Amino acid sequence: MAAGHGGPAGYTVTELALLTDRQPDLGLPRLLAGISYYDVAGLRDHEQQYGPLPLWGTSGRRRPGRLIDVVDASGLTGRGGAGFPTGRKMRSVASGPGAAVVVANGAEGEPASCKDRLLLTRLPHLVLDGITLAAHAVGAREAYLCLHGQETELLNALDEALAQRSRAGLDPVPIQLTGIPGRYVASEQSSIVQYLNGGPAKPTFSPPRPHQRGVHGRPTLVNNVETLAHLALIARFGDRWFRGIGPPSAPGSTLVTVSGAVRRPGVYEIEMGTPAGQVVTLAGGAAERPAALLVGGYFGAWLPARAAWPVPMSHAALKAAGGAMGAGMVIVLPVSSCGLAETARVVRYLADENAGQCGPCMFGLPALADAMADLAYQGGRGRALERVASLAGLVAGRGACRHPDGAVQLVRSALRAFESDARWHDHRGPCPGVARAPLLPVPGDADWD
Amino acid sequence: MNYELRVNPIACDGHGMCAELLPEIIELDPWGYPILVSTSVPRSLLDHAKRAAAACPTLALLVNKAR
Repeated sequence: MAAGHGGPAGYTVTELALLTDRQPDLGLPRLLAGISYYDVAGLRDHEQQYGPLPLWGTSGRRRPGRLIDVVDASGLTGRGGAGFPTGRKMRSVASGPGAAVVVANGAEGEPASCKDRLLLTRLPHLVLDGITLAAHAVGAREAYLCLHGQETELLNALDEALAQRSRAGLDPVPIQLTGIPGRYVASEQSSIVQYLNGGPAKPTFSPPRPHQRGVHGRPTLVNNVETLAHLALIARFGDRWFRGIGPPSAPGSTLVTVSGAVRRPGVYEIEMGTPAGQVVTLAGGAAERPAALLVGGYFGAWLPARAAWPVPMSHAALKAAGGAMGAGMVIVLPVSSCGLAETARVVRYLADENAGQCGPCMFGLPALADAMADLAYQGGRGRALERVASLAGLVAGRGACRHPDGAVQLVRSALRAFESDARWHDHRGPCPGVARAPLLPVPGDADWD
Repeated sequence: MNYELRVNPIACDGHGMCAELLPEIIELDPWGYPILVSTSVPRSLLDHAKRAAAACPTLALLVNKAR
C-alpha cells in the first residue's frame, strides 16, 4: 500500500506505515492538518485525521528500540530551541541505568512564541501520543507534561483530554500534568527537572545533565511538545515520510511564530529550510518596509532584512548567517522602529528574569541593560557603544545556564544589524524611531495580558 | 594527565579567595566574581590550583582531570 504513494519521486514510506491504515500525505500541513478553525480536536477527530495511536510492543519490528531507530533515521531534531538530534537523546536516556522518565516541555517561556500553546490548545492528542510513544521507546515508568501554572483553562482542558484517553486505555504510563512557575528561566530543562524534584524552578549546574540524572535521579528525556508531536507522526508514517520534505541535513517541517510588522501574524507550519523571507510572505508579507528580522526570539539574533531574506530556516544555515533558529520565531522590524530601543527593552526584561543564582548574570545583565538603555535613549557622548560591547564580553559564558549568553547574542547581533544607527545614537543621540510604540512583546508591559 | 578548572557559578558567592591564591589564572570581574583566563591548569600551577579550590568557602572552584 505504501510504495509508490504520491509525493516527491524516490520517496516511499517505510514498512512502519503499515502499522496504521492511513495514507500519509507527504506535503504540508502535517502537524496542523488536523486543526479546525474554532475548536479543540477531540480524540475522535484526532484519530480520524492522523490514524490511531500506533501500537508498539516488546519484540520484533514493534520493539521499543526500533522506534528509536526510526526517530534516529528520520533526522528529527528538537524543536524547543537547541536543535539536538532527538533519536540520539532518546538512545542515551534508554541506555541509562534503571527506568527512565519522560518530560514534555510545554512551558514556552519565549514571549514571542505561541506554537506550543497552539499545539496544546488545539491538537492536544498529537502531543499526548508523542509522550506515550516516547515513554514506551525509552522504557519510562513516569511521564510529565509541564506547562505554566497560571494556564488554568488549558490545564483543565488537558485534564479532560487525558481522561478521554484513559477511558480508551491509550496511555499505559499515566501522563501527569504539572504547572510550573511562569518565569522565563523556569522552562529551561534543568529548571523543570529541579522543580519536579521538589526544588525551585531554576537552572542547575551541570553535569549531571537531565539525560544522565534527572527526575528522581533517573535518566530523563526532556522534549519540547512540538518535537513529541512530530514523533507521533513519525511513529505512524515512518522516517522516510518525515524526510520527504526539507533538506537532507534538516528534514521535516517545523512550526514558526511570525509577528511584528506583518499583515497576518500567527503560527505557520513550514518546510525546514524555507527562506526567512518566504516565511514573511506566508504571513501576508511585511506591513511596512522591513529593516531587520529577529529570528529565533530573545535567544536569537537580529539580521538585516536584506541579508536575512534568502537565509534558509535551519539551525545550521541561520547560525552561519550569524543568527539562530531558536524555537522558530520570526519578527519583522519596520524601518520606522528603532532596533536598539527594542533590544534595550528586551534586555531589561531578560535581566529582570535572571534566576538570581549566578553573580555574573545577577549583576552583569542589569548593567548590560542599563548600558543598552543608555545607548538607545540617551547616547550622544560617544561612550555608550563601547560600554555595551565590554559588558557583553564580561557576561557571556559565565552562567550555569545559557540565559546570559542568549542576552549577549541578542545585543551583539543588534550592534551588527543596526551598526550605523548605533553610531548615530552614540554620537548624536536617539533616532526618531525610539518614539514609536514598542513592537516586541515583553511581559509586564501595559499591553501584555 | 591534564587538569582543568571550572567555577560552579551557582555556588560561587564572589569571596575572591581563588583570585588571591591563583592570580596566574583567575581574575575578578567588576562585581568580584572570578574570570578564568584559561581553563587548563599547567602542571606547574596544579598544587596552587588545588589549594585555591580547597580554600573556596563555598567549594565553587573545581579542579578536574581533563577528559
